[in-house]
Amino acid sequence: MSNGGRERRYRAPIWDEPIVMEMGAPGRRGFVPPATDPELAAATGPREDLVPAAMRRAEPPALPELTEFEVQRHYLHLAQETLGMLGVNLFGTCTMKYNPRLGEHLTARPEIAAVHPLQDEDTMQGTLAAIHGLDLILRELSGMDQFVFQAGGGADAAYTNTCVTRAYYAARGELERRDEVITTIQAHPCNAATAAAAGFKVVTLTLEEDGYPSVEQLRAAVSERTAALMVTNPDDMGIYNPHIKEWVEIVHAAGGLCFYDHANFNGVMGKLRARELGFDACMYMLHKTFGAPKGGGGPAVGAYGCAAELVPFLPRPLVRREGGRFRLERDAPQSVGKVREFWGNVPQIVKAYGWARAMGGDGIEAASDLSVLANNYMEDRLLAIRGVTKSHPQIGARRLEMTRYSLGTLTEETGVTVLDVENRMVDYGVDAPWLSHEPWIVPEPFTPEPGELWSIEDIDYWIDTLARVCEEAYADPELVKTAPHEQVIHRLDAARIDDPDYWATTWRAYLRKHGPRDRVPAGASGA
Amino acid sequence: MDHQVDDSGRRRSTVGLVVNPIAGMGGRVGLGGTDGDARLRRARELGAEPAAPRLAALALGRLAPLRDRLTVLVAPGPMGAAVSAGLGLATTVLGAPPAAATSAADSRAAATAIAAAGADLLLFAGGDGTARDIHDAIGGAVPVLGVPAGVKMYSGVFARNAAAAGDAALDFLSAPGPGRLRAAEVVDVDEDADGPGRVRLYGELRVPAERSRLLAAKSRGAGDAEADLDRLAAAVVAEMEPGRLYLLGPGTTIGRIKERLGVDGGPLSVDAVLDRAAVGSGLGEAGLLALLDQHPRASALLGVVGGQGSLLGRGNQQLSAAVLRRLGADNLTVLAAADKLLALQTQRLHVDTGDPEVDRMLSGYRRVRVAPGRTIVIEVGT
Ligand SMILES: Cc1ncc(COP(=O)(O)O)c(C=O)c1O
Repeated sequence: MSNGGRERRYRAPIWDEPIVMEMGAPGRRGFVPPATDPELAAATGPREDLVPAAMRRAEPPALPELTEFEVQRHYLHLAQETLGMLGVNLFGTCTMKYNPRLGEHLTARPEIAAVHPLQDEDTMQGTLAAIHGLDLILRELSGMDQFVFQAGGGADAAYTNTCVTRAYYAARGELERRDEVITTIQAHPCNAATAAAAGFKVVTLTLEEDGYPSVEQLRAAVSERTAALMVTNPDDMGIYNPHIKEWVEIVHAAGGLCFYDHANFNGVMGKLRARELGFDACMYMLHKTFGAPKGGGGPAVGAYGCAAELVPFLPRPLVRREGGRFRLERDAPQSVGKVREFWGNVPQIVKAYGWARAMGGDGIEAASDLSVLANNYMEDRLLAIRGVTKSHPQIGARRLEMTRYSLGTLTEETGVTVLDVENRMVDYGVDAPWLSHEPWIVPEPFTPEPGELWSIEDIDYWIDTLARVCEEAYADPELVKTAPHEQVIHRLDAARIDDPDYWATTWRAYLRKHGPRDRVPAGASGA
Repeated sequence: MDHQVDDSGRRRSTVGLVVNPIAGMGGRVGLGGTDGDARLRRARELGAEPAAPRLAALALGRLAPLRDRLTVLVAPGPMGAAVSAGLGLATTVLGAPPAAATSAADSRAAATAIAAAGADLLLFAGGDGTARDIHDAIGGAVPVLGVPAGVKMYSGVFARNAAAAGDAALDFLSAPGPGRLRAAEVVDVDEDADGPGRVRLYGELRVPAERSRLLAAKSRGAGDAEADLDRLAAAVVAEMEPGRLYLLGPGTTIGRIKERLGVDGGPLSVDAVLDRAAVGSGLGEAGLLALLDQHPRASALLGVVGGQGSLLGRGNQQLSAAVLRRLGADNLTVLAAADKLLALQTQRLHVDTGDPEVDRMLSGYRRVRVAPGRTIVIEVGT
């Protein structure tokens, strides 16, 4: 996106088309199938009878009638009107990476695309080899003894951990007593949430002067009721807790397990191993750190790894190598069962495997260095912008792959908030920055993360854009407060956003709540 | 709340405005506050300029998007009408002009008149003193929101700044309702006292709960924190042990427990229950000690005061060093909304019982209950 440091013009396309349900005209078709061959019809009977009467609709569904071309055009326009991922995107805590086309080609192959998890193992040895291959790579990076890829995202992997923890103590007859999970206010909220979902009580530690809870605070919190510690390190402010090894020792001494939410792995890849710090389990996000496409909760993968002692409790199946052959271990007596169906998102696993093999050990370490370097380069430039400060400015240590900043000063001085700034940045063709995970302990927060992907020109352009918007905030706050001006839509009226009588997430609900809109002319976009 | 509806089906709203025109004047010339004639005179001599009218106008100006469905109710002259004039908002002036020098009585009269005329929200510009005047005049009858314009603003009723007050008012008026309100403390700071012993809980007002800052992206709103506290209050009541005495401290959080038990001696009162029935209300130190004599197996339930993070020694002095010594540190349960704890200026809670030994006994890391099954660990010190 380099343009010699020059500010670029940007204007998003506006199509202003009706909803697809309102488009089209009776009789239009995308595809007209040929009439049934008479011989075939004679053999099968009337087409209508192929669907049993009880399952047939009394009325045809109320679908719009359009030509294939009209549908294509409409969705292309909608795609052009999306607000993100097309410019420079430094979306913090998400470690934005390019997803190589090669991964798409690999996973489109029939060995992946057409495989069924219940088919004979001998007919899918290649797929199993890829899963096993990534397992070995992650073991090498973490020091753990086994990975499972069933979880559909990072939070799901955290949930896997709470299930494993529960099963572990149940097997030891300690579950009644060990009913507390300790986490920190800066650990990703999924840690507290999944602990609660698994029935644990949640004890949250608060930050102290250094930007993390003190060792003494942890000591005060652990007890014979501690089941587990669940932490993120570095946290989403980029602060690394250097006492983490001592933390693990304290929790172990109290008889608890330790789980490392390793979603923020980019800044420490190849630099440390969770197991060597003493952790019993960890998770990586393949859709974040390992170059696979995003899509939390669904088409993603939280890779959960653990030490040998916990392997009996892992969800099944696991891919095992025996002799020269891969097989699926489909069940185990102490397994927690499944956290999701089958083996997880295999195409994602294959893409991550491809990424890791292409990067190699040295490449992964170099990427880590680059992402920390780029973040610290950004930090020096961003802190020079009027109105920008960083969280916990008193901490001397460098942040790792991201830094939490604050526009609190800008807001105090101009009334322009970080949400306004986000809305204005998109006017320059860069994507709005990530703000903060819950809880919002830093006022007007934002959190860029450059990772290893973006070039220095992209990073500079992003910083220049923020600097310009901050200048605008001081010179002409209304301009920023009324942004975006160059985007597809202006601002949503949020007044009734939590009024269930108003919003509708389906067309049917829309009609029910608002009645039909004025009929739009057939064909829609015309020109 | 009753809302008129205009032709296009949108609600009409009414907002009241009370400006304390002299608020804040003491601060900028280095005087503690502006209450008291002598202080005000001195502030004027030192060249203080009134800032509250400007800040009030800034806040009110943010309501411009509601222009065609908003009525502003104001007191005459500098207490309101002078501020709202020129903003292009439909305005009704209530009452007679105040005397040349406005007083606390004028603030109270204006608030009373606005409440009587039926406002959805009352904006006031001033400091803690003004908040107390509003509290005295109308209590919780009308939701209020403070435009910070005073010297001391320790009460939880103020927005972060004038623009934020206007924005919060706009947000609330666009979709008002009792579910959008939270109780907030009004405090009294004794400026002539030394040290941290100055803050005292004075009462409560209802303010619009700030909705999540990610408003446009998601609408979790204030409901979560409110629901957490309600569920927590229910859990605490359900867990109460038979035969154990529970001392219920002042404040809005513990107020939820009192409400469930039907033992409300008011927001500032320390009450006591045994087997979920009241055995004392509005208790002082002597009453508490007498109850503890009868029922040595006892716990105290405490909230946290405002942005200061005070746990003991501010507004709950009845729970004296002697009472606390009798209870023991392990029998204190602290309850607070997670947001409130995390918003503390320093992530610490303070005790000031007047007895260093008891303060020491209460110091260290303590778990605060924020919802059923959820605690936050926080450092307690002096
Ligand atoms: C540190 C951390 N842990 C867990 C998660 C949750 O992952 P997912 O969104 O895939 O469920 C995230 C998401 O960004 C994260 O940053």
